[in-house]
Amino acid sequence: MIRETNKVDLLHKNYLQSLKVEKRWVRFYQGIIFLLFFSSWEISSQNRWIDPLIFSSPSKIWNLLIAKMQDGSLVTNLGVTLTETVFGFILGTLLGTILAAILWWSPMISKILDPYLVILNAMPKVALGPILIVAMGPGYPSIIAMGAIISIIITTIVVYTSFKEVDPNYVKVLQTFGATRFQCFKEAIMPASFPTIISTLKVNVGLSWVGVIVGEFLVSSKGLGYMIIYGFQVFNFTLVFLSLLVIAVFATIMYQLVELLEKKLIKE
Amino acid sequence: MSFLTVQKIHHTYFTKDTSATALSDISLAVEEGEFVSILGPSGCGKTTLLSIISSLLPPTQGTVLLENKPISTAKNDIGYMLQQDYLLPWKTIEENILLGLKLSKQLNEKTKLAALSLLKQIGLTGVEKQLPKQLSGGMRQRVALVRTLATEPKLLMLDEPFSALDYQTKLKLEDLVSQTLDEFGKTAILVTHDIGEAIAMSDRVFLFSPRPGRLHKTFHIPEELRKVPPFEARNHELYSSIFQTIWKELESLDQRNE
Repeated sequence: MIRETNKVDLLHKNYLQSLKVEKRWVRFYQGIIFLLFFSSWEISSQNRWIDPLIFSSPSKIWNLLIAKMQDGSLVTNLGVTLTETVFGFILGTLLGTILAAILWWSPMISKILDPYLVILNAMPKVALGPILIVAMGPGYPSIIAMGAIISIIITTIVVYTSFKEVDPNYVKVLQTFGATRFQCFKEAIMPASFPTIISTLKVNVGLSWVGVIVGEFLVSSKGLGYMIIYGFQVFNFTLVFLSLLVIAVFATIMYQLVELLEKKLIKE
Repeated sequence: MSFLTVQKIHHTYFTKDTSATALSDISLAVEEGEFVSILGPSGCGKTTLLSIISSLLPPTQGTVLLENKPISTAKNDIGYMLQQDYLLPWKTIEENILLGLKLSKQLNEKTKLAALSLLKQIGLTGVEKQLPKQLSGGMRQRVALVRTLATEPKLLMLDEPFSALDYQTKLKLEDLVSQTLDEFGKTAILVTHDIGEAIAMSDRVFLFSPRPGRLHKTFHIPEELRKVPPFEARNHELYSSIFQTIWKELESLDQRNE
């Protein structure tokens, strides 16, 4: 009997070991891709295989990063864009979910609004940018509105669909206890839809970045989007690439934070 | 007047293309403390009738009285148990059994303790802080029973509560439910398509015919079967003869419809 358990323990250890080895290989190849990409970029730029004026090079970007960090302009611009994105993201998700709740609450409203939702969803929201900027002034409010507006309708549609798909028997159970419609929403509909809401959060992270960057293109006074458009106008593509890389890093961080939130909210 | 009176219930479901009559002219009465079953093939409107009695669904015609009052005024006097447990998966067992009390604003220390002791009584200890998915199907259905009984309903609706369970668990739960309801002197209506279950558990069996649902015949279960637990009733000599009678009646319904 003891020998048996020893054997199982050993097998389990081997299994864990094999998992570890696999993970190490995955990390190794990920590192290789990273190094290959940046070193071939650097080398081909140095040897003028690609035009360094347009494609820049990692070393130039790095030097510019240091310079921009020292004069403080990167931090300011990054701060502006991050604030706008976070607010746009939260606002978009919140308003979308509230709208979905209203549609669930009143089937009549949902029927009336249905075609308008379809139109609004199909319309490219960034095209509203100029109107927003004129209406709300070239500053934070209009850019945050861009970040929010781009994700509201899709959030509404996805969350409303998940509200409708909650097993009606859960609601029936609550109704047998005399629950009001609000109680049904709070006790069954909302918690049952949490996983969907979280997954729309993940989508909305990406969408708000799009909205905010486009907004900054248009307003052109502050932020990473402004850095890109400025770099483009003065033909400083090193600046463009620097902004892009910074955006990539922070968008990833935001995405990871949402995943962390997901793990916390949905107890497995 | 009886404890529960169902008077001339008609119910029709409307869709765009058709109107389907689910129940036609149903009248029946249930006495206090009685256990009755509604037996019938699918499509005889069993679940519709339960929904109407528990005022989840307003009937097209007819009235239902509980202790001579219309049921719409007595929402918390009726408990409903579904085919599956439908415990809210994100709530612990304790939160689940206190749900009814919370919704009807009756949750206090006393009712909470009563619900928790009911959980013990029904053979579940140390599961209060667990989530529903950590429990087996039979245990979950027992939790659902506690959840239903926690609000102290006067009338209990059982909508095929054992149909999703394996046979052994089903037999055990039948005994447990029957014993628990006896102890509390509850009136109960069981909906089932299982002839044996109806005979073993009930005092009376209402046989419904399908399309549209009608009350076809009422069977009175003899005293000898009524006073023993369901499992023993199934082994009683009278059991098989009643089974045969009801079986033949169901067969004749089938033939009439063909």
